[in-house]
Amino acid sequence: MRVLVQEAPFDLAEETARFAKGEGGSGAIVTFTGVVRDNDAGTLSAMEIEHYPGMTEKALREIAQQAVARFDLQDALVIHRHGRLVPGEQIMMVATAARHRRSAFEAAEFLMDYLKSRAPFWKREITAEGEAWVAAKDDDEAALERW
Amino acid sequence: MMDVLYFAWVRERIGLPRERVESQATTVAELIEELRGREERYEVAFSDLSALRVAVDQELTDFDAPLNGAREVAFFPPMTGG
Repeated sequence: MRVLVQEAPFDLAEETARFAKGEGGSGAIVTFTGVVRDNDAGTLSAMEIEHYPGMTEKALREIAQQAVARFDLQDALVIHRHGRLVPGEQIMMVATAARHRRSAFEAAEFLMDYLKSRAPFWKREITAEGEAWVAAKDDDEAALERW
Repeated sequence: MMDVLYFAWVRERIGLPRERVESQATTVAELIEELRGREERYEVAFSDLSALRVAVDQELTDFDAPLNGAREVAFFPPMTGG
């Protein structure tokens, strides 16, 4: 299991290849990549991501450990960036390795649902109109109820 | 003495990222009451607790959580990772 919190970009192909080489017992590897999306008006100049150094790593590790235990994963990877990102940049990725695809898919969704509202990150949008903190969505909190 | 940390708009409203606080509070709620009594910017930041989350020693918890010996208490809005 690997958890990385970093400002620098990550190489998706390299991380995926390294993860996929890991375990012989896995029949399924799922990866998800989060990308900075422009707003509907096309005016997003940057996304700033603040986090809580120390707690972030701890929270992500706990979430990943839960996923490994619950879905009987062979391995899990979480990379999440912070700092200033522009539209099109990769913010984060998760990867899961399981014996069968259902567990790998479900574990990736579980990881995403939990890290959206249980890992201490806060997004701020910088647009032509000004700057604003992104509000948490009720949907994100509700998404945890299915687990 | 404990470190009190603020993130995102809570940090902006209070005007600092962290401070050392001498407190007699035994719960998070009592600490919030002490802070609210300090200055208006704290009163404003803590005016709607439903918009806030708290972590004690880097674990998410509730406002009625005990503080016994806590070294670090952090206040922030609901998280928006992913």
